[in-house]
Amino acid sequence: MTAVTGERRPARRRVQGSDPMNVLYDVPGPRARIRNNVLTVLVILAVLFAVYVMVTKLGEKKQLDPALWTPFLRGDVWVNLIVPGLLNTLAAAAVASLIAVPFGFVFGIARLSEHAVIRLAAGAVVEFFRAIPLLIMIFAVMFGGSAIFGLTVTPFTAVVVGLVLYNGSVLAEIVRAGILAVPRGQGEAALAIGLRKSQVMWMILLPQAVTAMMPAIVAQLVVLLKDTALGFIVSFEDLLNAGARVLPSNFNNIIPSVIVIAIVYIIINLAVGAVAVWLERRSRRSRKTAAQPIARPGSPSAVEAIAQPIVHPDSSDAVEGHPKRPTM
Amino acid sequence: MQALIDEFPVILQAFWLTIRLTLASGAVALVLGTILAAMRVSPLPVLRGVGTVYVNVVRNTPLTLVIVFCGLGLGTVLEVSFSTSLSTNYMWLSIIGLSAYTAAFVCEAIRAGINTVPVGQAEAARAIGLTFGQNLRLIVLPQAFRAVVAPLGSILIALTKNTTIAAAIGVTEASLTMKALFERHGDAVVPIFCGFALGFLVLTLPTGLLFSWLSKRLAVIR
Repeated sequence: MTAVTGERRPARRRVQGSDPMNVLYDVPGPRARIRNNVLTVLVILAVLFAVYVMVTKLGEKKQLDPALWTPFLRGDVWVNLIVPGLLNTLAAAAVASLIAVPFGFVFGIARLSEHAVIRLAAGAVVEFFRAIPLLIMIFAVMFGGSAIFGLTVTPFTAVVVGLVLYNGSVLAEIVRAGILAVPRGQGEAALAIGLRKSQVMWMILLPQAVTAMMPAIVAQLVVLLKDTALGFIVSFEDLLNAGARVLPSNFNNIIPSVIVIAIVYIIINLAVGAVAVWLERRSRRSRKTAAQPIARPGSPSAVEAIAQPIVHPDSSDAVEGHPKRPTM
Repeated sequence: MQALIDEFPVILQAFWLTIRLTLASGAVALVLGTILAAMRVSPLPVLRGVGTVYVNVVRNTPLTLVIVFCGLGLGTVLEVSFSTSLSTNYMWLSIIGLSAYTAAFVCEAIRAGINTVPVGQAEAARAIGLTFGQNLRLIVLPQAFRAVVAPLGSILIALTKNTTIAAAIGVTEASLTMKALFERHGDAVVPIFCGFALGFLVLTLPTGLLFSWLSKRLAVIR
């Protein structure tokens, strides 16, 4: 019996064995396969048990009451409460992105300036806004605006200004890394054929750098979109506000609302994240740039390691290019 | 400036809470993240699936939402309780949220670290008959951890800044205290802001320096 099954296996073993991802463990033999199957069943049981505990707990607290969930089947709830919040979230994210990206380019290029004054000033701005928490910035804009300038700062403005300063600074680091990732010879050759410094930047370095950093920029925009939720704390009427304040005050259903809102966020972010992954694949095989895709500061790989399992012989560069400060 | 001096004890207390939130969440996140990373490279597709779903769900959810869920959902509705004191309870609920969120990033960092371990190491470990668990524990993870000291430092710094979001459920850490001080001293917004910004620089800059020094010291020479 074992001989027969044993003879059949080599074909499959070779297929799996050639898979470079599975060097951490052998292709399971008969005993290991039984053990794996047993463990699989145990894991599934554990997950089911966890789900069961959660469901009973939610049931005990009356959270599975249909009255708490049916609002999400009603059109007017979406049209009047959720969609306006979503639009505010997207508006804040869009406005902040449109300002933060140029901000990032200006400061990223300024940090590479030959003039020490410009370089240091840009460096100070970028390092400062990356080091302090975004929420501190948002509070400061709201209170500072009215206390110092006598302006009424709306939550929208405060959130956008905070997002621009923080994400713009992170983007500046991405831009700087992108430009530095273009092989030196490119700029030197351009200078050698007589281009001016600005021409080298605009015609040679930036076009290649943009290709290399597009995935990192898009991945950072996911962070920006997620961070709009901070507006909740200053009563900005965004998606989170709709899910955690407006809906629960109407239907007394905080847990269902937060879950539904979370799903909306996750779908949007996964969609934008997928664009980043697609861009990275494209730029990896691009022949328009000599630069490799660069990493977003603080992320484990160029686009956060979304790629499937592990131990790729050729991905040992994954953790390199880690500037010291984070983005989450 | 006077406001800053008068309120110094309050500010110190707020930052002390920020530090405690950071350390507690950091410790939990490190353990949870390592377990998640082990799950994501394990031979069992189910475990890999659970790990992947967790990471992708958590990473794409705003932290504010996670914290609000912990505070209002777990705390108020489900009556999860750690302490009879309301403020201590919300502190622990926010630690749950912060650790659950940060663990996803720790997991991804460690996974990237596993990628840096030369394939030959894992192959040799297998060849001498180590099981997956032994292989991971004795050969791969120790090297992976050394490779990701710097990214883990980044994550710790991000966590330090993220603890401010506990303000969403009324935990009076640094950011909420700053807001309260703004309201109390409307004429001293700039000095108060500078004081808190400085406080965060004092917390994050040494962390960054320490971790980049550590990462150089612990680097595996190949």
